[in-house]
Amino acid sequence: MLGALRGKVAIVGIGDTEVGIVPHMGATGLCVDAIRRALDDAGLAKTDLDGLVTCNSMADPYLYHAEMIAEYLQIFPRYCLGAGAGGGTSFTVLHHAASAIATGVCKTVVISMADSLRSGMTRERAMTAQSSTGHPQFESPYGPTVPALYGLIARAYMEAYGTTPEQLAAVAVNSRNHAQLNPLAQMREPITVEDVLASRMIADPLHLLDCSLVSDGGAAVVLTSAERAADMKQTPVYLLGAGEGHGHEHISQAHSLTTSAASESGKRAVEMAGLGPKDMDFAELYDCFTPVVLIELEDLGFCKKGEAGAFVEAGNLALDGSLPTNTHGGLLSHCHPGNPGSMFALTEAVQQLRHAAGDRQVKDAETALVHAQGGIMSSHCTLILGREPG
Amino acid sequence: MSKQPAKHFPVPTPETAPYWEACHNHQLLIQKCADCGKHQFYPRTVCSHCTGGTLEWAEASGRGEIVSYTIMHRAVSKAYAGGGVTVLALIRLEEDVQMMSNIIGCDPEQVCTGMSVEIIFEDWSDEISMPMFRPADQQ
Repeated sequence: MLGALRGKVAIVGIGDTEVGIVPHMGATGLCVDAIRRALDDAGLAKTDLDGLVTCNSMADPYLYHAEMIAEYLQIFPRYCLGAGAGGGTSFTVLHHAASAIATGVCKTVVISMADSLRSGMTRERAMTAQSSTGHPQFESPYGPTVPALYGLIARAYMEAYGTTPEQLAAVAVNSRNHAQLNPLAQMREPITVEDVLASRMIADPLHLLDCSLVSDGGAAVVLTSAERAADMKQTPVYLLGAGEGHGHEHISQAHSLTTSAASESGKRAVEMAGLGPKDMDFAELYDCFTPVVLIELEDLGFCKKGEAGAFVEAGNLALDGSLPTNTHGGLLSHCHPGNPGSMFALTEAVQQLRHAAGDRQVKDAETALVHAQGGIMSSHCTLILGREPG
Repeated sequence: MSKQPAKHFPVPTPETAPYWEACHNHQLLIQKCADCGKHQFYPRTVCSHCTGGTLEWAEASGRGEIVSYTIMHRAVSKAYAGGGVTVLALIRLEEDVQMMSNIIGCDPEQVCTGMSVEIIFEDWSDEISMPMFRPADQQ
């Protein structure tokens, strides 16, 4: 039972590579650079690692990616896993790795994910690779881009609840406001709701600034048992809750376009943690496109269905709001290298819970909810993290 | 010879070959479960409702309504960039199954959710004809 995991495993090291446009490193180099940085942050050597989890790269793929990274770094783990569930991968593997630690399969795991969508691929190749998420026979022949697949969700959601383009835009503006406080973010120029609405239409109703970035970059986290974490260099951040939900893989098979399996993953995570949405000091929510944040806010229990647009427009996601969200700038403004994208939400949550987030620190942050999803609102994973083991 | 060789052509598998063969004949076949009587799309070897293993091919009416749509101002690749904007849509057929397609044969600005649409096949090659949808005749 997942409840047995609560507070048993902690994140003790984090590392973000340079992000944005990083032409001097390939995807493999970024993945290993993230590990090096996370080990340094944790005060550990590579010989302390006995578990490794990665996800494959689109720019520099290997058939057995995690095994290749182990070879590249010359580590010899007893737990070695290449995972894949799109943008939800990073969070999904966290509780698998935590389970491996709690059951004694291994002691210390590094999860590292990186890609080079901006510098390692042509624009057309990056678009084609990402849109291969469509069903090869029953979707991709119709030429959908990823924004178009999310555009189908956006239209259905807006028509169901009367959500306005301005309310979607408020999500992008909130992320950009936070990115301005993050020296590492890819996009830091201030934007307004009017700027979002004036940006060119990509897949109606999604404008360019409703869409996340295309980036290079990677990040890693080091996990170990709560006992070992107590004596380590950094303030441990404990895994308190985790839950998954899987509704469909292809959007044409979705049972609902307006309610996602985040409602299941979120419920499972809060049940495991013994905490509720009201206990969260901040949130990091997967924001590949602006309407996704609204649907997640509702499905995770922060708002009633249809009310997230007004909730965001009222400023609740700001650093001084009731639920500071996407404090690093998110996929919309910090960076989005594809499948590794949510890793940065994880490293940001750890920075916040260490009280080391500088100008964008959420005051007295003790507990956070982080959520990622992959595919086209397909595979969801919610994590609850805290400064205390529970 | 393919008319549009760079597009993403579907590659039929054993379970989908009858569907694509029917499309080639400008006929829309979907599966109907002999056990529970429900339809399903896309084709599978089991019924996704009751896990029954006896599936029959039934001709669909080819009529349905738009559940959601987006007007794509940016194409996924040059092969799709030819004819201006593309309308991508999810369509619920009268048989209560949902499929993705493009809406053609009308001004994209005319498209709306709930719109009644009917099938029209587009011949892509000697083997592949793609099911597309256009606004249903208004009587």
